[in-house]
Amino acid sequence: MPGERGIGEPGWARAALVLASVAVFAVMLAMPLAVVFAEALSKSWRYALDALSNPDALAAIRLTVLVALIVVPLNTAFGLAAAWCTVHFRFPGRALLVALIELPFAVSPVISGMVFVLLFGRQGWLGPLLAAHGIEIVFALPGIVLATIFVTLPFVARQLMPLMQAQGTDEEEAALTLGAGCWQVFRRVTLPKVRWALLTGMLLCNARAMGEFGAVSVVSGHIRGVTDTMPLHIQILYDDYDIAGAFAMSALLACLALATLALREALTWRARRAEERGAQAVLATAVAA
Amino acid sequence: MIRLAGITKSFGATRVLDRLDLHIPPRSFVGLLGPSGSGKTTILRLIAGLEQATDGGIEIGGRPADRLRPGERGVGFVFQSYALFKHMTVFENVAFGLRVRPRRACGGEAGIRAAVERLLALVRLEGLGPRLPAQLSGGQRQRVALARALAVEPRILLLDEPFGALDQQVREELRGHLRHLHDALGMTTVFVSHDQEEALALADRVVVLNRGRIAADAVPSELRLGGAGRIHATVPAPAA
Repeated sequence: MPGERGIGEPGWARAALVLASVAVFAVMLAMPLAVVFAEALSKSWRYALDALSNPDALAAIRLTVLVALIVVPLNTAFGLAAAWCTVHFRFPGRALLVALIELPFAVSPVISGMVFVLLFGRQGWLGPLLAAHGIEIVFALPGIVLATIFVTLPFVARQLMPLMQAQGTDEEEAALTLGAGCWQVFRRVTLPKVRWALLTGMLLCNARAMGEFGAVSVVSGHIRGVTDTMPLHIQILYDDYDIAGAFAMSALLACLALATLALREALTWRARRAEERGAQAVLATAVAA
Repeated sequence: MIRLAGITKSFGATRVLDRLDLHIPPRSFVGLLGPSGSGKTTILRLIAGLEQATDGGIEIGGRPADRLRPGERGVGFVFQSYALFKHMTVFENVAFGLRVRPRRACGGEAGIRAAVERLLALVRLEGLGPRLPAQLSGGQRQRVALARALAVEPRILLLDEPFGALDQQVREELRGHLRHLHDALGMTTVFVSHDQEEALALADRVVVLNRGRIAADAVPSELRLGGAGRIHATVPAPAA
């Protein structure tokens, strides 16, 4: 048959490609994950649990979750607003905004952290002003949150902008002519159109917010039990030659990441099912009427 | 009913409409004809309030409409791409204009349901309410877009290349259908077309546009009988 040869590679090439993909997956993804869990349990279950349940470890877990809970909603709102503005409006400085959104990805996280120290630290530009009002930013929760917001700023916006650009604004305009207000257009038309991309962006933002090391390391000051997040705590344990403890905490961090993935899958699955049920309900009432 | 007075519209340095005057009386059925880039669609979008004129004024129903939002102008718009809400069923697409109204105005869920069923019957799509737009043919999608626009009971129906993407047979069927709806509902209808034969067959009055100005404005019989040569003369091929 003509046309079938066009995409048909020889069998050995296909086998080699599949094998290569599996090998990369095994070495780059599966083995590191396996190592984390194996090392975590290298001493004993009890040891791993103790490493996670001592007060400093618990404080680090609490801080990491708290930071993620603050950062993800803020960056979701920001990403939506930025994507909406740049797709729906033409304004002076738009190109600059689009370019600047990528900046946190281009800059090393260590530099991102240092910028905040130089701005808000005791010797920094705004340091005297903050000190005069008794506001602590660097070496405290606000600094960690600011640094994490900065580093994870692009995730949601970058997921949404190309998608919204490609989808165009026809549906939004149709909604406007049908009498919908701005908020209704956003909630009933735009948000449903981008919800899976939004969820992916939030997931990536969350994973990075919980795992961020460089920027947070600079602004946190490493005060045990106070400004140590999970990644920082892992490094402290590792530097103390507590390998099993470090990997126990790593395993928990990995589990949080896996749980985020699972949550996203579950939400996607439930939403799809609700949609199908909704369609069937309309069908049923249509038949009954 | 609709009056455009000295309308100029520029996008950056490009002037799409140039001091255009157009008066469309109530209940008329007007076709805007012209090559691509002649400003036809821009006129529809200005009437609908999706664009703001660079200069000049628009009146709808004898009142200045320049400050009115699209939803306040009493227009229904059928987009060239149909612009159906892809994530909503046909039923919800048609119901949209009713759902975004204040609660009391639409008679609750039962009122909405009755209205949507009536509209689906009007465009002969009974029973397709539960489908998603992706599960429909081109002609069916066009009729959903029409029903959705009619749901808000517009005084003015605006259609951008309504039959552009359809094959010949469906086209002719829908044409007759649109004419019938226009007469039955007593609306003012304005549609855009680049197809001379279609505009002449459907409209009571054809406005020929060229480079942002009105090149001809007449009833089809005049254009066909007296002015067949003229219409060719004033509407050069898009390539020219």
